[in-house]
Amino acid sequence: MIRFENVGLRYGAGPEVLHDITVELPPGSFHFLTGSSGAGKTSFLKLIYLAERPTRGLVSLFGRDIATTPRQDLPALRRKIGVVFQDFRLIDHLSAFDNVAVPLRVAGLAEAQIREHVGELLRWVGLAEKLEARPATLSGGQQQRLAIARAVIGRPTLLVADEPTGNVDDEMALRLMRLFEEMNKLGTTLVIATHNEHLAKRFGHARLHLDRGELTIESNRERQVL
Amino acid sequence: MLRHRLDIPLDNDGSVRFLPWLIALMVYLAALALAGTLVLNTTLARYDRTLSGTLTVQLPAASADGRDDGGLAATLGALRRVPGVTSADPLGRDATARLVEPWLGTSFAPEELALPQLIDVRVDPERPPDLAALAATLAAAAPAAVLDDNREWLDRLATPMRAVEVVTLAIVAFIGMVAALTVVFTTRAGLSVHHTVIEVLHLIGARDGYIAAQFQGHALRLGLAGGVFGLLLAVATLFGIAQAAARTALLGGRVQLLPALGLAPWHWAVLALLPLAAGIIAMITARVTVLRALARMP
Repeated sequence: MIRFENVGLRYGAGPEVLHDITVELPPGSFHFLTGSSGAGKTSFLKLIYLAERPTRGLVSLFGRDIATTPRQDLPALRRKIGVVFQDFRLIDHLSAFDNVAVPLRVAGLAEAQIREHVGELLRWVGLAEKLEARPATLSGGQQQRLAIARAVIGRPTLLVADEPTGNVDDEMALRLMRLFEEMNKLGTTLVIATHNEHLAKRFGHARLHLDRGELTIESNRERQVL
Repeated sequence: MLRHRLDIPLDNDGSVRFLPWLIALMVYLAALALAGTLVLNTTLARYDRTLSGTLTVQLPAASADGRDDGGLAATLGALRRVPGVTSADPLGRDATARLVEPWLGTSFAPEELALPQLIDVRVDPERPPDLAALAATLAAAAPAAVLDDNREWLDRLATPMRAVEVVTLAIVAFIGMVAALTVVFTTRAGLSVHHTVIEVLHLIGARDGYIAAQFQGHALRLGLAGGVFGLLLAVATLFGIAQAAARTALLGGRVQLLPALGLAPWHWAVLALLPLAAGIIAMITARVTVLRALARMP
C-alpha cells in the first residue's frame, strides 16, 4: 500500500526535514504516527497524501512509483486517499453539507446519491442539525468532525489524519476512533498522527515514531481494554 | 460550464468585480469600431456596384445657335456600336444644371452657361467593353471627347477607406487582446486569493479541468454580462450618431454632411456576436491561465 525507500524531504533550500525514511505499510494496516511538534509528522503525511514530492528516495502508493506516475493519473490516486488536515481546511463559503459533498462531486457522483450519503454521515458525526451551517459558525470540535466526515465520505482506501481528535472531547474522540476502526475492519488503511499518547496506547495499533525527521517503527502492542 | 454553485468563492472575489465593467467598455469600443468598418465597407461596395456599370463621356458645349453639336451625334453613334455598351444617352441641359446646382445654386439659366455635354453610358457588367478600344473609337468620332470610367476617383476613394478598415479591424483585435490580458491578471489574482481552497480541491482529487471549469464558467458569465451591457451602450450611441447625421442633411436631403449610418440586418447580427466573443475570449483565457498555474502543483 505505502512504501518509502530512503526518502528525504527538504523545503526549498532549507534543511532536510525527513531523513532516509524506509517503511512499508501493508494494505489494511492501522498505524499511529507519533512524535513531538516539529518532528516531521505533517511532512511525512504530506508525502503520503501527495501534497509533496520527495527530494530523494522512492515513494510508492497503491503499487505505483509516484515519481514515474503521469500527472494526469494522480487525481485518481488522490481520490483513494481521505485526508483530515490538522487545520481542517474547510471551505468557508460552503455549508457543512456542501463541504462534505465536495469529494463526491469531484468524483462525479449523482446528486441524489450525494444527498443520501452526506446526510447519513453528517447525522452519524452529530451534525444533522448543522447541514446548512457555514464552518465559521461551528465550534472547533464540530469543524473537526466535519473535516473527518469530508475525509471519509468517499470511502477511501487509505485514510490519513493529522491530529483528528485534537479538538473534540474524550467521548467524541472515542467515537471517532471507533469509526476509524470500523473503516479499518472494512479494509481501509489508516495512518493517524496524534499527540495523544493515551489514545495511541488505548487502541494499541502499530506505531510510527518520528524524532527530528527520523522514523522508528514500534510493533503492535496489546490493546488496552476499551 | 454555467453551473451556479462554485466550490471556489469567485463570486465574493473583489478582484473580479471590475472585470464586467472593463469588458463592457471594450465591447463598446469594439462595437463602434466594427460598426464604422461595416459602414465603410458597405459604402465602398455600393459605390463600386453603382459605378462599375457606368461610364461618362464629356463633350465640349454645343454652339448656342445649334449649328455645331460638339460631336454629340457622331459620338452617340460610335458608342452605340461598341460591343458591351448597352446604352448611351445624353444628359439634358436641365439634368446637367442640377449636377452643378449644389455649387452654383438655382439662380442661373442653363443656356447662359457653356456647360459641357455629358453622355451617360451603361455597359454590360458581365461583358464590359475594352476601354482602350472604346477610347480609340471616341477619339476617332470626336477628338475633344473625354472618357471618364469613374475608376480613377473610385480607386482614390477606395485606398484610404481600405486603410481605415484595416486600422479599425486592428483596433478591434487589439481590444480583444487587452480583454484577454485583463482576464489573465484577474484570473491570476483569483488563483492567489483562493489558493487554499484550490489546494484542498487538488488534494481531494479534483482534476485540473474541474478546477479550471469553475474559473472559466465564472469568466464566461462575467464576459457575457459585460459584453451585453457594452453592446447596449454601443447601440444607443450608434442610434445617436444616426440621428445626428440625419440632422446634418442639406439641400432637401440630397447632401448630408455626416454619412448615413446604413447598417444592414447582418451588420447588427455581427455586432450582436460581440458579447458572445467577449465571453468566449474570457472563458478560454481563464481556462488556459488556470491550467498553466495548476500544472505547477505537485
